[in-house]
Amino acid sequence: MKKILISLFFLLFGTSAYADCNIKSGSINILANDFPALRTFVETAKGCKGSADFKVTHSSEHNKIAVPALTANPSEFSARIAANSSIVPLMNQDLIRPLDDLVNKYGKGIQDSQLITIDGKIMAVAFMANTQHLYYREDVLKELGIAIPKTYEEVVAASEKIRASGKMQYPYAAAYKAGWNLAEEFVNMYIGHGGEFFKSGSAQPSINNAKGVATLNMLKKLAGLSNPDYLTHDSEAIKVEWESGNVALMTLWASRSGTLLDDDGDAKITAATKLTGPATVAGGNIPAATLWWDGFTLAKNRSDADAEATFRALAHAAANKKMVADAADQAVWLIEGFKPGPKSIGVIEAVKMKAKPYPMLPQMGLMHGALGSEIVEFLQGKESAEQALKDVEAAYMSKAKEQGFL
Amino acid sequence: MPNKTFFWFFLPTGLAMILFIGLPIISTGIQSFYAQHDQVVKEVKKCDPFGCTVSIVVDQEKTSKIRDEKPLGKFNGFGTYIDRNHLAVDEIGKFWNETNSFGEFVDQVTNLPFYKALIFTLTYCLFVTPNVLLLGFIIALSLNAVTRRIRGPLIFGTILPMIVTPLVGSLVLFWMIDAEGIIGANLQMLMDDPYLSLKSSKTLTWITIIIYGIWHHSPFAFVVFYAALQTVPQEPVEAAIIDGASRWQRVRHIVLPHIYPVVTFVALISLMDNFRVFEPIIGFSAEGSAQSLSWLIYDNLVNEEVILFGSAAATSMMTIVGIAILLAPVLIRTWKEFRTAR
Repeated sequence: MKKILISLFFLLFGTSAYADCNIKSGSINILANDFPALRTFVETAKGCKGSADFKVTHSSEHNKIAVPALTANPSEFSARIAANSSIVPLMNQDLIRPLDDLVNKYGKGIQDSQLITIDGKIMAVAFMANTQHLYYREDVLKELGIAIPKTYEEVVAASEKIRASGKMQYPYAAAYKAGWNLAEEFVNMYIGHGGEFFKSGSAQPSINNAKGVATLNMLKKLAGLSNPDYLTHDSEAIKVEWESGNVALMTLWASRSGTLLDDDGDAKITAATKLTGPATVAGGNIPAATLWWDGFTLAKNRSDADAEATFRALAHAAANKKMVADAADQAVWLIEGFKPGPKSIGVIEAVKMKAKPYPMLPQMGLMHGALGSEIVEFLQGKESAEQALKDVEAAYMSKAKEQGFL
Repeated sequence: MPNKTFFWFFLPTGLAMILFIGLPIISTGIQSFYAQHDQVVKEVKKCDPFGCTVSIVVDQEKTSKIRDEKPLGKFNGFGTYIDRNHLAVDEIGKFWNETNSFGEFVDQVTNLPFYKALIFTLTYCLFVTPNVLLLGFIIALSLNAVTRRIRGPLIFGTILPMIVTPLVGSLVLFWMIDAEGIIGANLQMLMDDPYLSLKSSKTLTWITIIIYGIWHHSPFAFVVFYAALQTVPQEPVEAAIIDGASRWQRVRHIVLPHIYPVVTFVALISLMDNFRVFEPIIGFSAEGSAQSLSWLIYDNLVNEEVILFGSAAATSMMTIVGIAILLAPVLIRTWKEFRTAR
């Protein structure tokens, strides 16, 4: 009788998601960026650690640590939460392992659409999507009779109108900090113009063209409507500007909407903060934005036992309906059972408008780096757009030659 | 000290220096002559939540074979040194032929990353070093003249800028000069220009960083000068007072010649430190307006998703050469004095 009861008990509860959480050994160490959704994700994975050793490093400097830490053998981390751009250096250096076997064995509940496959092999499991889109102050736009902007040309016109009304001197904000952030804005705007970064099928740059010039000119127009310190402003800084009520239109990451709309800060500003899809530019159909996924990858230079333990814990989170329901407003989860709320409008609109994903090319990181430093002088008014684009291409070519891409 | 005794005294330090300074420099030097192997790429199908595309990846099988054969990479000689992101030999030749006036040529050259960084680094050195010496000396002289009772607290207050970690020091100033910070807001009021921003203008950013540099480094000069002032003999000073020498004359003809070797020492250390200026650029988020040689190295190592070891190594080697060139006149002079003194 007792035996029957026990087997019944297992039949009842053994089929739940927690069945796979019986990790007996191994050590789990995760490297991740630092924002609320990722913290939730890693916490959920931790709930499944069993008797395995569990460590996590959340750092906004994760990109600087990842390659050196995973190159070591055994590597410092057993898993790295990566995105479309940060998986590329890991692939280039052959630092992550294919996950096919583990997905077959422990990947119950992970949807096929979550799998990142490269050359037929599963290299990462995505769990959330992200993009940059427009935020606007409903009260300000209504008072001045401005329609919600759909294109960057309308953003410029609306900002100029707000400035002319005397309500705000610098009504627009975007993360234009010299370096990675600024380059990301260029990438978005250039893709919105329909531009291609490289000559097809090669690593030769091809941004010095009319679309590149138009991109730079639009960035400069927007910069002129932003706080003059824009070259020092990252996502966090413009979030602060927004919360102080200095800004009425802003391009910012969807993953930041949670902290913008929480109970901290001026309730009137929070209530008037509204989200809409990313803007298009120059009459284009696709938005001037890139789609991003965040997913987990496993280090190659780590024992199979650790990889297995890590995968089981992370897979538990990557197929967790309860987490998705509880943290529905933290991110746009790609996990089954996610019901999009008002904070997901940006990403969902972007997908509907057929936004392109950030280019996952081996040499894209070098282009991004060259953009971040070489277009600054154009924005400062010290050189022409053509000269700036020529500089970007030249800086990129030197780096690409050193890295063996050209 | 007999040479043999000196040798045994110096041995532990010498070994540590070879191990922790000499060998890394040699290794950096070797790396600077190598570039990555040619990347073997292949076309593959990539699928993600947003759809499938045909794209390229690095072919790991072929690449790892090449890497195993030659782990250092492809020998590049001085290739990295003369490329566009460093000395840019070809580009400068081209500018010389293509530009019409010398001003235009200089404009083009200073637009190259290495020269841009070199100019900021040299400007910083040229303004900070003499001012540090001067300010440090003036503070030391004045503190030496106040009564002993309040000297202790005053000295402590004076060396505070040196105690504060450079990054923290620059961050504090960064927030103070913000348009809504105490200095920024008051400057706007004073200048009657509500749109004045210290961070957006290149010139003002440079001035801010230079002032920060002087503030941060002066205490070092002050401490050394203050110690040296304690060794100035009193007899000649008293004799000069009796002869009716003014305060300025006493400083000029007795104090300065006495502490001259110390001034050389401080100048050397200061120049070396300033040539490696780095923290304030990060602290002030001034990457857009001011780049130094050390910042270029940092940028190559961390700012790209792909790490450029060859570039970073080449810039490091050129920084070492730069410091050697800057110090050469002072070193030669010290050596000559040493010879004549013997």
